[in-house]
Amino acid sequence: MPYRAIYVIVLRDFKRFFRQRGRLVTTVARPLLWLFIVGMGLTKVIDVKAHGSYLQFMLPGVIGMTVLFSSIFSTISVVWDREFGFLREMLVSPVSRLTIVAGKLLAGTSLSLFQGAALLFVAPFIGLSMSITDMAVMVFLIALVSFSLTAFGLFIAARLTSLEGFNVIMNFIVLPMFFLSGALYPVENLPPVLRHLTLVNPLSYGVDSFKHIMLSRQTGALRAEFPLSLDIIIIGIFALVMTLLSSRAFERR
Amino acid sequence: MPVIEVRDLVKNYNGIAAVRGVSFSVEEGETFGFLGPNGAGKTTTINILCTLLSPTSGAARVNGYDCMTEPGRVRSSIGLVFQEVTLDNELTAYENLKFHCYLYNMTKTLTEKRIEEILDIVGLWERRNDFVKNFSGGMKRRLEIARGLLHRPRVLFLDEPTLGLDPQTRSRVWQFIGGLKKKEGNTVFMTTHYMDEAEVCDRIAFIDNGNIIACDTPGNLKNSLRGDTVYLKTDDDERAMEELSKKFALDAKRLSGAGLALVVESAEKVIPRILDGLTVGVKEVNLKKPSLDDVFLHLTGREIRDEDRENRK
Repeated sequence: MPYRAIYVIVLRDFKRFFRQRGRLVTTVARPLLWLFIVGMGLTKVIDVKAHGSYLQFMLPGVIGMTVLFSSIFSTISVVWDREFGFLREMLVSPVSRLTIVAGKLLAGTSLSLFQGAALLFVAPFIGLSMSITDMAVMVFLIALVSFSLTAFGLFIAARLTSLEGFNVIMNFIVLPMFFLSGALYPVENLPPVLRHLTLVNPLSYGVDSFKHIMLSRQTGALRAEFPLSLDIIIIGIFALVMTLLSSRAFERR
Repeated sequence: MPVIEVRDLVKNYNGIAAVRGVSFSVEEGETFGFLGPNGAGKTTTINILCTLLSPTSGAARVNGYDCMTEPGRVRSSIGLVFQEVTLDNELTAYENLKFHCYLYNMTKTLTEKRIEEILDIVGLWERRNDFVKNFSGGMKRRLEIARGLLHRPRVLFLDEPTLGLDPQTRSRVWQFIGGLKKKEGNTVFMTTHYMDEAEVCDRIAFIDNGNIIACDTPGNLKNSLRGDTVYLKTDDDERAMEELSKKFALDAKRLSGAGLALVVESAEKVIPRILDGLTVGVKEVNLKKPSLDDVFLHLTGREIRDEDRENRK
């Protein structure tokens, strides 16, 4: 294993992450804004008293959003590296393309996991009690979802040649993925077109798996909607396919 | 055995030929220059040799390894300094070099030793903990060349290593490369479109339009012209050209901008005759012993690149 190369690729992404103040602040602020501004507002409008708290319902969704944004953003570094030439420094070194992909995947996954898992500490403040086991399972699930989305982001980033392209991806893939994932509302009663879109959205299953653990005592419309085993299988397959596709995308032309 | 061996190399991009059947070889310890205008196929060739591109057809070997089937071995035996800056601005100079060493699987102790050595040579040891984004263009170049040498490559590829640098920095970079070569004895393969820089090469290949049009030592190339170049500025270049060809059987070439250039065996004898015989007013006469620029002009009928001359003034 070229562990030294992987180590230094991960180390670089970590250093860059913690050195960019703006990114760090956004990371902390974005989920809290959604949770406490959007969430609090909607709680007053949507009457879900019979089915539990909307704010509690939103937390798994916001974790999903955080992981999604973080995974996609961390792979933007590949586009950045290409634009500024640094990618060639890696491509011309003796490490294989697979090693580069492995390093990038590990870096993106750990950064997302760290950001997503940090939100678990919000749970007690909005009345969600979680056992140590629940926490451990959540960390596992967040890691799995982070991994699959980072692989997805890497696949996209490997094909993008400019940063403008990334904005398009952001608006036409990432935001719809978030809105149509069941993060903000249950997907069951959506109109057929939107419902089908949520069914092909891998993030839906990620968010659903979070709901299984965090909202296990929730009943009615706000509970998880698919079987947990289905969630895990679909995310697993998605992760595998994206890993293969992204390592192929780095082959030389 | 040659260090670099290229045979009938062809590269097409979507049906457009960038390199059209190039063959050459470079011997151990040689400094070999690839010269030609922008878009001639220099960078494409270098990218194939460094395994960043696959050729459409032909064969290329570096250090005895096949660039197509053994890219990993080729890559660990070469160092590369790119045309554009490929440093990470958000990292310090030291971190950039450490990244490189670890990619080349060097141990921690070896990494520390080499970095200290090389930063000392390029005079950046004091600045090792500064972010690269705060470096000047010349410092970045020095750091990149240092990085390319960290793993002691047998061949160093330099793709336009002084592009975009001011003349002072350029000459310092060349002094530095020359000094390193003396110390380490590597083979150097470089591309440039600055003719004066190519003078440091042991051998030069002129490349134009994807073909090698000449390949020899700078001395031989210049001698091949067998003569001096006379530059004329006249009141009417068109008529002067006609008269030169009719009265003196001299084939003048028009320069972009204004003026004529003609190659003659002995300028000292020809100039007085021309001045006597022309009916067109002559504003300026210049005489130049052959340079590589003239060789290129002679071979292709064009100057290597006009706008670059402008930029350099």
